[in-house]
Amino acid sequence: MKGRWWLFILAALAVSIVLAGLLSPFASTSPDGLERVAADKGFIEKGEGGAVWKWTLIPGYELPGIKSGSLSTASAGIIGTLAVFGGAYGIARVLKRKRTRRLEE
Amino acid sequence: MHIPDGFVSGPVNAAGYLVSAGVVGLALARANKSLEDHQVPLLGVTAAFVFAAQMVNFPVAAGTSGHFLGALLAAVLVGPLNACLVMSVVLTIQCLLFADGGLTALGVNVFNMGIVGGVLAYMVFAAIRRVLPKTTWCFLFSAGVAAWISVVAGSAACAIELAVSGTVPMRIALPAMAGVHALIGIGEAAITTVTLSAVLASRPDLVQAWSGATGVAATAEARV
Repeated sequence: MKGRWWLFILAALAVSIVLAGLLSPFASTSPDGLERVAADKGFIEKGEGGAVWKWTLIPGYELPGIKSGSLSTASAGIIGTLAVFGGAYGIARVLKRKRTRRLEE
Repeated sequence: MHIPDGFVSGPVNAAGYLVSAGVVGLALARANKSLEDHQVPLLGVTAAFVFAAQMVNFPVAAGTSGHFLGALLAAVLVGPLNACLVMSVVLTIQCLLFADGGLTALGVNVFNMGIVGGVLAYMVFAAIRRVLPKTTWCFLFSAGVAAWISVVAGSAACAIELAVSGTVPMRIALPAMAGVHALIGIGEAAITTVTLSAVLASRPDLVQAWSGATGVAATAEARV
């Protein structure tokens, strides 16, 4: 049954990549709840001093160097989805391996 | 709901980092003790889905959009503390790779969306579920209500942080944030229940809150 288990993971990952790669270019570009409140209540400029972290590779979910807006958002989405998958998988894997090693000792 | 740099004061950000580090530390220690084989890829794919679904902003009112949060969904799927880890990974990558949410505000963002939206909302989910009949519909209903609460409570926490920071008075921030997020929460409830019913229909053993402890069936299966 191990095969079916991985099938589920792959299917869920595929759904995520479709969301990030195909649907995200059609997402609403209006400000979100917090941005709307910040604009309406007059404190949006407090956030305009720029980000403290200067090394963002894909600021604003637009991959630099790609002219088409939707293509750039789509590729940013796919890169992000894979990065997040790898990050969470990696952390879980390390925690799991440390435990297995402890149990074996 | 991602707070950028500059919205929240230094002490509030420091408190956010402190509390979030404590809870994430607890979640890491717990995962280190009890994480099962099958949960490793499940944590990865839950995080991937939350990130991807968060990219698809939906319009909620004239000139305003909202997006999925996913913390309650993650908590129902992998357990509340693992969900807190999942949300921390998503928020950290959004901050470092996409400039979505400030680095100084990462602590408060993890608090609002991972701890309030995930862990606390999961407690609400568990409480509602306890008093309702043990049917699929009641399970989904509990998740839907808790998903709505996760967004509204997370936005209220955000409003309180803004007010304590002196950015905007509480009497203005709280109703404005909770009001718009009461609408966004409806989308959250819809996406959460639809996703959960799809997973329940295909692999109910993977839904931790449904199958109990850590999905014993799936573990046995994965070890074969």
